[in-house]
Amino acid sequence: MDSASAPFDSALFPEGTKRCQFKWFLFWVAVLHGPLMIGVIAALMCWGLALNVTYLNNNYPFGLWIAADLGIIALGAGAFFTGFLRYIVNIEELKNIVNYAVVIGVICYATAQGILGVDIGQPLRGWFIFWHANVHSMLTEVAFCITCYFMVLCIEYFPLILENRQINRLGFFHGMAHHLHEAMPTIAAIGVFLSFFHQGSLGGVPGVLYGRPFAFREGFLVWPWTFFLFVLSAIACGPCFTILITWITEKCAGKRLVKRNVIDILAKISGRLLVVYLILKTLDTVYWVAIAGKVGAPFSSFYANQPYGYWVLITELGIFGVIPALILLSAKARQIENVLIIACILNCAGIFMNRWIMTVQSLAVPVMSFDKFVSYHPNWVEYASTFMFVWAGAIVIMLSYRYLPIFPQEKELNPL
Amino acid sequence: MFPFAFEWVPEATRYVFMGATYAVLISLIIILHYCAIRAFLDLICKKDDHNSHH
Amino acid sequence: MKEVHHEAEEHHGAHKKTYKYGMVVDLDKCTGCGACMVACMAENNLPFRKDNSDRVRSQLWMRVYKISNGRPFPDTDISYIPRPCQHCEGSGHHHTPCVSVCPATATDYSHETGIVSQVYTRCFGCRYCMAACPYHVRVFNWWDPTWPKGMEKYLNPDVSVRMRGVVEKCSFCYHRYQRAKNKAYAEGRRELHEDEYQTACTQACPAGAITFGDLNNPEHKVHKLKKSRYAFRLLEKLGTNPKVYYVSTRDWVRKAGKAYAGEEAKGVTHVTHA
Repeated sequence: MDSASAPFDSALFPEGTKRCQFKWFLFWVAVLHGPLMIGVIAALMCWGLALNVTYLNNNYPFGLWIAADLGIIALGAGAFFTGFLRYIVNIEELKNIVNYAVVIGVICYATAQGILGVDIGQPLRGWFIFWHANVHSMLTEVAFCITCYFMVLCIEYFPLILENRQINRLGFFHGMAHHLHEAMPTIAAIGVFLSFFHQGSLGGVPGVLYGRPFAFREGFLVWPWTFFLFVLSAIACGPCFTILITWITEKCAGKRLVKRNVIDILAKISGRLLVVYLILKTLDTVYWVAIAGKVGAPFSSFYANQPYGYWVLITELGIFGVIPALILLSAKARQIENVLIIACILNCAGIFMNRWIMTVQSLAVPVMSFDKFVSYHPNWVEYASTFMFVWAGAIVIMLSYRYLPIFPQEKELNPL
Repeated sequence: MFPFAFEWVPEATRYVFMGATYAVLISLIIILHYCAIRAFLDLICKKDDHNSHH
Repeated sequence: MKEVHHEAEEHHGAHKKTYKYGMVVDLDKCTGCGACMVACMAENNLPFRKDNSDRVRSQLWMRVYKISNGRPFPDTDISYIPRPCQHCEGSGHHHTPCVSVCPATATDYSHETGIVSQVYTRCFGCRYCMAACPYHVRVFNWWDPTWPKGMEKYLNPDVSVRMRGVVEKCSFCYHRYQRAKNKAYAEGRRELHEDEYQTACTQACPAGAITFGDLNNPEHKVHKLKKSRYAFRLLEKLGTNPKVYYVSTRDWVRKAGKAYAGEEAKGVTHVTHA
């Protein structure tokens, strides 16, 4: 590319790559600021006017925010799991996508923490969960592990920033990036330990509620079975989410960024984990019916009120479970890009739906016999403040893609 | 959160939980410091090499 | 978790006397007048809005439900169920549902009184306790409280006013317990008489349907009343071990109270009153 047409910030681009003109980049960042600002206004309303601006109520203390929190963390599991597969299981090819998985992870975990900042009634007291920690509460385990893991993700993201072409010229930063890469297996191992516990304790959050027969599970020691199911479902859908975001990025960038064999590895592993999850989830469902019956809660009452009918169970496990599992298990189906993406969407949707079911539907099911069923749906404030982080995340991805060497195979796949 | 806080209860769960937290945080701090110090030392050694050559 | 209770017992049980404050509500006497709800609101500085009809947003610590046996005339029968916080003790390896889940230790079960407390200044409003409670006793401050002009002077000085973003619930008028204790100490005694500590709802009930006292003390009325063969507790099979007992000679009422939505309470309609 001759210097006349090269974007003015081309000195910051990764070595041997091509990026669009700065004005188009700025244009799309500005476009994203539109919905982002609506989200900011929604968040300011929540902080300024109190939470009555949402459609949450005393019957539904948890709504879209909490369901989205749990969902986004499950989707962000691709970060730790890809790191685990790359640095601990030593699947070499995954080095070509692990950087991007980390970027996605940073955004997902920042989103989760951001949503909590809006969701809790007294955000300025948020630090009480650390200072006055009740170690017996699942939510405490969640908060500690997620905060520590977010630090780990930032440490994993840091070398990417240091490897920006201009920053890397400075000796200290070059050395820092190099040594951080050497330490990456240790950092990834810490990440796996933390992730196992927070993914699990997010499952423990509904699982320990013995006052809500819909949500409650027995388990192993202090951990209900939902603890282990949540970990499994997170690692089953995390890689699929990574594939999905990579595909969207490739479409927006207009070029291939990762070789198909790398995507195939993630898809294959995801499919196998999804099958294991579905088998255990089915066993858990059968067991759950038995436990609920033991305390006298009839299974039929769980699905007696629309929109929470039996279709929920069939959709979650069937349409969003069995179908993507079958696609991901088939090597031929995985090769067809559109089919693979559909499988990824269904898989991620199924796990997100599971999170909604375990939080919001748990609250929807009346427990006392004279309890009336009350319906809930989020309002624009909740939607806007949740999606605000999606738009912000997209801006972070745009900045990272433009200036940081995220995709090692980009140069090879797109020779100048 | 810390053993010197007024509401600290000396029980096993708390030791395990907080112990693991402190271990993770200390490990991360050590790793970051290690990498920074190594990078700094590399820089000094390189400068020394340059100086000695000249 | 078990270790915590054990230690607390060692601290309190061996040297200090423990109480188990609870309630017995006679559903055959309750007329559904709502005096208990009003008394509770006045006593505990509960905020209210101009339009308080949205029952899922309004704040009531004591709430009266109305149920019907669903039969046509002339067999129709209704009953009212006043429902304060049940102050669950938990049983077996289950602890008080809301206490075990609070991430900031803003709620605590007192082994001295059996009362589940709420620390408003520590609660950061995560609402996990609200999700845990099957009785819907916990309410959230969706707004900051606003009082009609001049009403600030009528607020009870013994009870903190809560700001937005924190969870609150019935405390069995714990401030009255503190007052009674102070008075007893000043008189040089440690024991409280039954009538020295009574909740606002108990005293307000014109039908005398609510009885409050120490469930463990044979001299208190509740001790005998709870042993009635017509006594039951809400959602007994869950294992929450609540301290509020209900008494009704009517079979269908007892069935409705103990049952789950959709279970033996067939024919019982759930009409939420108040």
